[in-house]
Formats: sequence, structure tokens, C-alpha cells
Amino acid sequence: MSLSTLSSQLSTAATASSAAAAAASPDSFLERAPLELRDWAVNLLPTPVQWLAHHLITIVCILAVFGLFFAFTTIAERKLLARLQNRLGPNRSGLPKLSILPWHFKHTLFGLSQPFADAIKAITKEDIVPAAADKLLHFLAPVIVVAFSLMTFAVLPFGRNIIPVELDAALLYFFAAGAATELAIFMAGWSSRNKYSLLAAMRALAQLISYELPLILSVVPIVLVTSTLSTKAIVLAQSGWTFGFLPHWFVFTPWGFAGFIIFLIAALAESNRSPFDLPEAESELVAGHLTEYSGFKYALFFMAEYFGLTALSGLGVTLFLGGWQAPLPFLEFIPSYLWFMGKLICMIVFFIWVRGTLLRLRIDQLTRLAWQFLVPLALLNIANAAFWVLTTQWSLPLQFVRWGVSAAIVVIPFIMMGRALSASYAPRSYRYAP
Amino acid sequence: MLGSGIINGLIVTAKNFVGSYHDPKRMVTVEYPEQKTVLPENYRNFPFLITENATDPMGTLRCVACQICEKECPPQCIIIEKSKDKKPDANGKMQIYPAIFGIDTSVCMSCQICVEVCPFDAIKMDKVFEIAATNRFEGLFLTREQLAKPNSYYHEIHPVEAAEVDERLTAERKAAEEKAKAAAAAKAAAAAAKPAVPVTVAGGSLPGDRPGQMLGLQSANNSADPGLSRASATPPGPGSAPPATKTPTPEA
Repeated sequence: MSLSTLSSQLSTAATASSAAAAAASPDSFLERAPLELRDWAVNLLPTPVQWLAHHLITIVCILAVFGLFFAFTTIAERKLLARLQNRLGPNRSGLPKLSILPWHFKHTLFGLSQPFADAIKAITKEDIVPAAADKLLHFLAPVIVVAFSLMTFAVLPFGRNIIPVELDAALLYFFAAGAATELAIFMAGWSSRNKYSLLAAMRALAQLISYELPLILSVVPIVLVTSTLSTKAIVLAQSGWTFGFLPHWFVFTPWGFAGFIIFLIAALAESNRSPFDLPEAESELVAGHLTEYSGFKYALFFMAEYFGLTALSGLGVTLFLGGWQAPLPFLEFIPSYLWFMGKLICMIVFFIWVRGTLLRLRIDQLTRLAWQFLVPLALLNIANAAFWVLTTQWSLPLQFVRWGVSAAIVVIPFIMMGRALSASYAPRSYRYAP
Repeated sequence: MLGSGIINGLIVTAKNFVGSYHDPKRMVTVEYPEQKTVLPENYRNFPFLITENATDPMGTLRCVACQICEKECPPQCIIIEKSKDKKPDANGKMQIYPAIFGIDTSVCMSCQICVEVCPFDAIKMDKVFEIAATNRFEGLFLTREQLAKPNSYYHEIHPVEAAEVDERLTAERKAAEEKAKAAAAAKAAAAAAKPAVPVTVAGGSLPGDRPGQMLGLQSANNSADPGLSRASATPPGPGSAPPATKTPTPEA
């Protein structure tokens, strides 16, 4: 990883090269524990099925960890949103009274068992399929949307050694699998045989495809700088510290920061979250393309949405926030997968915070933001990254010039485009109101 | 700059988030079964029967089973059956009492008309609202025993109104006593003047006399004046219908 060494050129102190540092730091027991546990379980089985068990264990782990993560994301979202609005949030559901048990644990558990109550409710609800619906596609749409959003987890490096599938073209795979969920959304709208579902699905597609572009364009600078598509290599490229405390995460470079902001906005839109939750704006529409879905299939769409959000947050952590790397050298004793999950939770909490703050955009504002603001800015950011790569050999005084120019390339267009975009809208004058 | 509004908004919600943990004034939620808001004094729903004495609720009901509320009730949720015998009321006067008094709270609309028409201040509006039941018939149909609540309870839930009612009742009792005394004095005088003539004055012994003067309802009920009486309060109405329908028959 030559690039990581290049980006650490600023450091006057003799920091070891990041690759060497990563290799040198000994893997603690906690770091190796998940893998050793898996290998131990696999070795219990006969040799011919070991490869199958190896992958099945990985799949089951992803399903279990991120299934639970989804469950607690929903309750965290409800409680955080409530707190952001000076409410309490769900705090009632305790444990059910089981007749086979002689005692009843009566504590409400702060409402933490709410997602399980919701799951039971969703499963026991009636599953209605419209008479005129395309039965097969209507059934397949929720299955496919969950499947594809789960597939994106396969290439995320959750820890130093924990990556389900080590692909060279991991980023490409991630966006291919992530974009396939859009197909499922249109399947849902089309197969319902409901014109409102179909219109909503088309509108959702318009949004998702619009934001697919800035999302991918915001990632291109990373690929340009690290010259790899492998998520593992990208994380390794961000290792090391300048002066021993400034991490080399890409978010701390001008082009990386701009890319991260664009990525955040596009990820919000890609995962249908407020303020871009037009496809199923629950306060305005019935349910958009999910109008004809009920019960567990409806819950599956929501599950897929949260999986997509988690996967995109994980990708954001991987690409911009240093992946599983600790922010400071002396914090490296904490296992890498905990750092990854911690950063992931921070991202999700930020998304919830944004949801509790911002208003929903109109469809024209939404597409204008994507095509007139984010896409040009992302394209400029690619040029910025190219400049960054070309100037890596500059000497120390010129490094300040390099940072200044790089920052100017994103900040000046941001301010100018912001003024131009908001000039025709602000200050607003209302015809019938003072 | 573009985006500054977003950051300001994020700061506002962050303040909400932090404040919600240490500033109880921000929180508007009342956690209902554990915490309850104080109901305003004028809050009222579902009637109840007032008893004078809490230790003997059935013996001291103010209700005399006059059935006015039963007739006036718009959704007809009250059912009353008069007793065959008489029992002394709180004042020691012999009165008819309700052998059955039931209110179907699943039908009652809390319109308070029964309270307004009651000449005895025997039925008043309650403040209960947690009367959910698992059985519509046994749970929501309130009997005489469930409805009877002491006057002290009435003072508790509607203090101002109850004080007014008590004041009026004592004034009326005093007036009735004075009238009875005057009547007795007159009787004695009359007896002294004409000892040979037998006494026929009934005085205030009729049960409907005192409240009839107060509200004028009893007299309307008795006089059956077609201009004044309402359909529900005129028993002679349907009784006079058959002759009216018979009059055209000779012409045909």
C-alpha cells in the first residue's frame, strides 16, 4: 500500500509505514477469537462438508448479528426520535407472562423487548395478496429485496481478519448488489396491480437512480487514491497516525470530507430515509409501492431498508472513517470488530438524528439537489482527488499549498453553487401570507 | 451558506435530546397508569346516586323513585322500579325508594339531563372514566349498589357545586320545618276555634310537594297542560288519542 505511505508524508516524526504497523501489531486473543471459534466448529465436521460449513457459519453469523442489529436499530430509532422531540418513546414492553413458568419477571426492561413484540405482531398479521396481483412476483419482491440487501454485507471488512468474502472488486460488487434492490422495489409496485403502487414504485426508482450516481461518484476518489476496489485494502490504506494521534482516515482530507458529505446525503436518499423518504412518506402516502403489502412481507421491506442503511453505513465507515481501525494508537487493544460496530452505530445514530431534524423534500427539490448540486460537486471532487494523487511528492512547505488548493477545489464551488441554487428560492415571498 | 440551516436544526434537536434527560419541564408525557393529571373540577361523566349516610347507603338514598330522570333520559339508559313499601329517608320522612335503579353506562352519553331534571338533588355527575369492563352486561350496567356514593364523595369531586346544593337543601328543609310549624300552629288555632270540625289539611306530607314548588315540574306532570308538557312528561297524551281518532268515523 504505497498510497497510505504517501498520505503519511506530512508526518515529520518517523512513523512506521502503515502496512508495517498493521503487520507488526500482534493479533490479540480477542482479535482472533471469532475466527478460531469458527475454525474449531468447522473442524468438528468431516472434511468434504467443511467448505459448506465454513460459509454457512459466516452466513448465519451475519444473519444473527445484523438481524439483532436491525431489531435494536428500530427500538433505538424510536427512542432517540422520541428524545429529539421531548417524548419518552416506547418503554412499556417487558417480558410476557408464560403459563409454564411459575414466576413472572415484571420489569418493563425499558421497552427493549419492543422489537420482538413488533416481530410477533408482524408475523401473526394476515397476509393479503390482491386478487389481480402477479402472485409470484408479489411474493418474490420482499424476498429479493432482503436477499440483495443482505448480500451487500458480504464484502464489508468487519474486523482486522473478519471479512466474509475477500473480493478484489468488492466495491463494484457492493454497488451491484445494492442497486439490485431497486429491481425488487419495482417488482413490488408492478406485481401489486395497483396503479398507485406502480406510480409510487416509478417515483421511488427515479429517486434511487438519481442518487445512485452521486453515491458512486463520491466513492470514485477513494478508488482513485488507493487504486484498488478491495474494501480490505482501502481500510489498510487508512492505517497509521501522523504525529502519533492524527489518524489517516480519508474523511480528514479535503476530498475525503467532501466525498463523505456527498456519500452521507446520497446514502440517506438510497435507503429511503428522511428527509428523502418520499417513496413511502408515511404522513402523506398510504405506503407508496408497499400499499398492497401487509403482515410479514411489509415487515420484510422495512427489514431490507434497515439492512440497506446498515450496509451503506458500514461502507461509509470502511471508505471514509478508517474501517475497523482505532482512532488513536493506545486504543488498539480494543478488538477491531468493536471499533467497526462502534463507528457503525455512530453513523446510524447520526442518520436518526437527521431524521428527527429535517423536513421531507419535494420530489423536484430532491432531484434538483441530486442532479444540479451533488453530481457536479462529486465530479469536481474526482478532479480534486486526481490533484491529490499528482501532488503526493510535493515537499513539506508545498504540502500546505496542496491542502489549501484541495480544500478550495471543493469549498469554492460549494459556496457558489449553493448561492446560485438558493438564489431563486430565498428569501421567499408568499403571495397570500405576509 | 448552504447547509447552515441544517446545522442549526441539528443543534436544536440535540438540545432537545440532552434537555429531555435533565429538564423535566420539557417532557409533556404523562405516563398514565402510574401518573395521572388532575381533572378540572367541571369535568363530569356518568351519573351516580347520592346517599346521605355512607354507613347505610341503601337506606339513605336521596332518590324517591319519581322516575323523572328515567323519562327524560334521551338514550333511555336509566331503569327504575318503585318499591312497594315506604322507608324513612334521611329526614325521617316516609318515602318510596327505588327497588331497582340501573344505569347502562354503555348507552349513557353523559348529557347531564337526569341531573338537571332531578327535583331531589339525588343524582349527580361523577368523575369516573376508567370503567372498562370485560363484560358488556355485568360490567357496564351499574346497579343501585354500584351507583350509590355518599355525599362526602360528591363534596370531594365537585366541592363548589356540592356546597351550593347542600346550602339549598338545608334552606329548603328549614323552610319546610317552619311551614310545618306554621301549619301546626294554624291547625292548633283552628282546632281551638272550631273544635267540632274534623281536620283535613294535609300540609307538607306529600312527597312531591317541596320540590314541585321548586322546579314546577311536578305540577306540569300532574296538570297535563298540553302547552307546557313535553311528550315524555305527559301520560294523558297517548290516553287522549283514542277519542280523537274515533271522531272521524261517524262521518265516514
